[in-house]
Amino acid sequence: MKYTLSVLVENQPGVLSKVSGLFARRGFNIDSLAVGVTEHPEISRMTIVVNGDEYIVEQVEKQLNKVIPVIKVKVLQPEAFISRELSLIKVNCNTKQRLEIMQIAQLMNAGIVDVTTNSLTLQLAATAEETETCIALLHPFGIKEICRAGTIALEKGSGVTAPSGKK
Amino acid sequence: MVSGAEIMVKCLELEGVQIAFGYPGAAICPFYDFLYQSNIRHVLVREEQNAAHAASGYARSAGRPGVCIATSGPGATNLITGIATAYMDSVPLVAITGQVNSELLGRDVFQEADITGACEPFTKHSYLVKRAEELPRIFKEAFHIASTGRPGPVLIDVPVDVQQAEIPEFHYPEKAAIIGYKPRTQGHALQIRKALEAIEKAQRPIICCGGGVVLAGAREELIAFAKNSGIPVCATMMGIGVIPMDNPHYLGMIGMHGRTSANRAMKEADLVILCGARVGDRAVSAPQQIAEKAVVVHIDIDPAEIGKNMPVDVPIVGDIRIVMRALADQVKNTVPQEWLDQTLGYKKTYPSRGEPRTDSVEPRVFIRDLSPMMQDNAILVADVGQNQIWAARNFNVKEGRFLTSGGLGTMGYSIPAAIGAKLAKPHRQVVAVCGDGSFQMSMCELGTLCQEGVAVKIIIMENNRLGMVKEFQDRLYGKRYMATVLKGDPDFVKLAEAYGIPAARAETNEEAKQLAARMLETDGPFILVCAVDPDVPSI
Repeated sequence: MKYTLSVLVENQPGVLSKVSGLFARRGFNIDSLAVGVTEHPEISRMTIVVNGDEYIVEQVEKQLNKVIPVIKVKVLQPEAFISRELSLIKVNCNTKQRLEIMQIAQLMNAGIVDVTTNSLTLQLAATAEETETCIALLHPFGIKEICRAGTIALEKGSGVTAPSGKK
Repeated sequence: MVSGAEIMVKCLELEGVQIAFGYPGAAICPFYDFLYQSNIRHVLVREEQNAAHAASGYARSAGRPGVCIATSGPGATNLITGIATAYMDSVPLVAITGQVNSELLGRDVFQEADITGACEPFTKHSYLVKRAEELPRIFKEAFHIASTGRPGPVLIDVPVDVQQAEIPEFHYPEKAAIIGYKPRTQGHALQIRKALEAIEKAQRPIICCGGGVVLAGAREELIAFAKNSGIPVCATMMGIGVIPMDNPHYLGMIGMHGRTSANRAMKEADLVILCGARVGDRAVSAPQQIAEKAVVVHIDIDPAEIGKNMPVDVPIVGDIRIVMRALADQVKNTVPQEWLDQTLGYKKTYPSRGEPRTDSVEPRVFIRDLSPMMQDNAILVADVGQNQIWAARNFNVKEGRFLTSGGLGTMGYSIPAAIGAKLAKPHRQVVAVCGDGSFQMSMCELGTLCQEGVAVKIIIMENNRLGMVKEFQDRLYGKRYMATVLKGDPDFVKLAEAYGIPAARAETNEEAKQLAARMLETDGPFILVCAVDPDVPSI
């Protein structure tokens, strides 16, 4: 099962290596990890998707809480958060295929960010599942290159994961 | 103007540091130059690993963070084993390393090593200082982190140019303000009530006392809890010394090398109360089996230890001392007499092994002879190997301490740790017990012993073997003694003489007893070599 964790950390050098090192050391499987600064410039948010069971995710949460620059760890409840993944997909595309691909892009809510005579690059911000669908639809044309960023997530509703200290 | 190096020394002084253990080098010279003007006593060890071990022995005896210092590169990497040893046993250390000039970082210059990176798995936290202005905050935080919550080592890596940099003024913060670090100390009242209910229901309860009880200084509280509840107690190796061996409720050490009485009681219990014990594999080999049959209450200041190795029914996160006090005050004695008779009967069923010998020194008997000869508050430091098990199983800690490297199992720990322990408690007897293998791993520290005039007594159990590994080879590898025979041992008595340390060799138990008396009467250090039969087992 996949779990999504929202982790607030102090925005300082070395934090990413402390967190990634912890995962490697304890044998936790990371699906994806995305980092970026929050509304407070001194705090960054890591969104981590982990593969494991309940025991693993409890261990991940507890071990993360022991890392000093980690401010808050929240395991997001399934269905209670929105998640997005950013992808850039470069696909083979001759003049005849262009319209068809543009239709797929429209269908998937993807933007076209680069065009050449024999290629087209799409930008997609979607859930992991939607991204998979889009890739599958583009596959017949021949995908040249894909770059996917890690999943980012926020809780639904007006609630926030605030840096009120660890539990 | 004040330099980074001066700030570092001032921070140590303001933290009340009286002794630091270290070894200088080019990248830490500015700091040493200010240490020259300070009242802090610097103990020059002979190898950096032992600076960390000595600081560990000091910290455990003094109950405050130990400080060790090394230079960049090899000085820093030599510290690693000592830092890892302290980490595994949750010992508060502040390790200070010099680093190459910050502008040269990452260029693989002379004596450069990424020590914060290398120590990442073994430190509670680490700092690579970039600006002298950060030093006061970092030192304040380092001592706070090392000594609070679950204690552990903190590393501060200071580039030489940061030590040399001058800033207008020095101001030491009163408190450390770390947004993500607030250890919980009070146990949850509801959880404590659940534990009390579990105790009331239990027919076969047992208390398992771990190193956390020692670290929390909760000896009195645990004894009160055991007394008021009437529940029998066993201990992990790190929990040895909380309850004296002759206490009628004490069943002994559990684990692979533990007492059968304690292990049987753990297996048969229907309630296990883990107190500051992390259920390491050498202490509890099959935690699932125990948890299937028993209700498990786990008290620990580190929430990550609860449920890590054993499923837990009643978790209590908090300072053992506070939780134990609450439990001791509220608990009623509801232990069935039957269970007490049964478990305490095991102590008679499985007595201590070994008979006095006249052809060699039987080490188990010798430790039992030595035990009552020592002062009640003496500190025994056991090394790692058979000597550790002989000491752990046969030495009766009354009001003193039993120190050993329990988690990492680092050979060579006892001599430097004993030096640190003696410097922390100069009026107590401090005896290191080691084998001829472990002694040779840190015998260079005899130089430190002499230089600093530290009155540590050293007992070498000489069997010309790496005994613990030999025992594995006896049992599991068809007696093929690969690399476990120590043929090149020197004459340890002559070696001691070369250092000007009085020494003697015992060939029988009777002789060992007499020489131990002489050792304890002698002022200053003493080395007692015991000739041991290589075939004497650990347990």
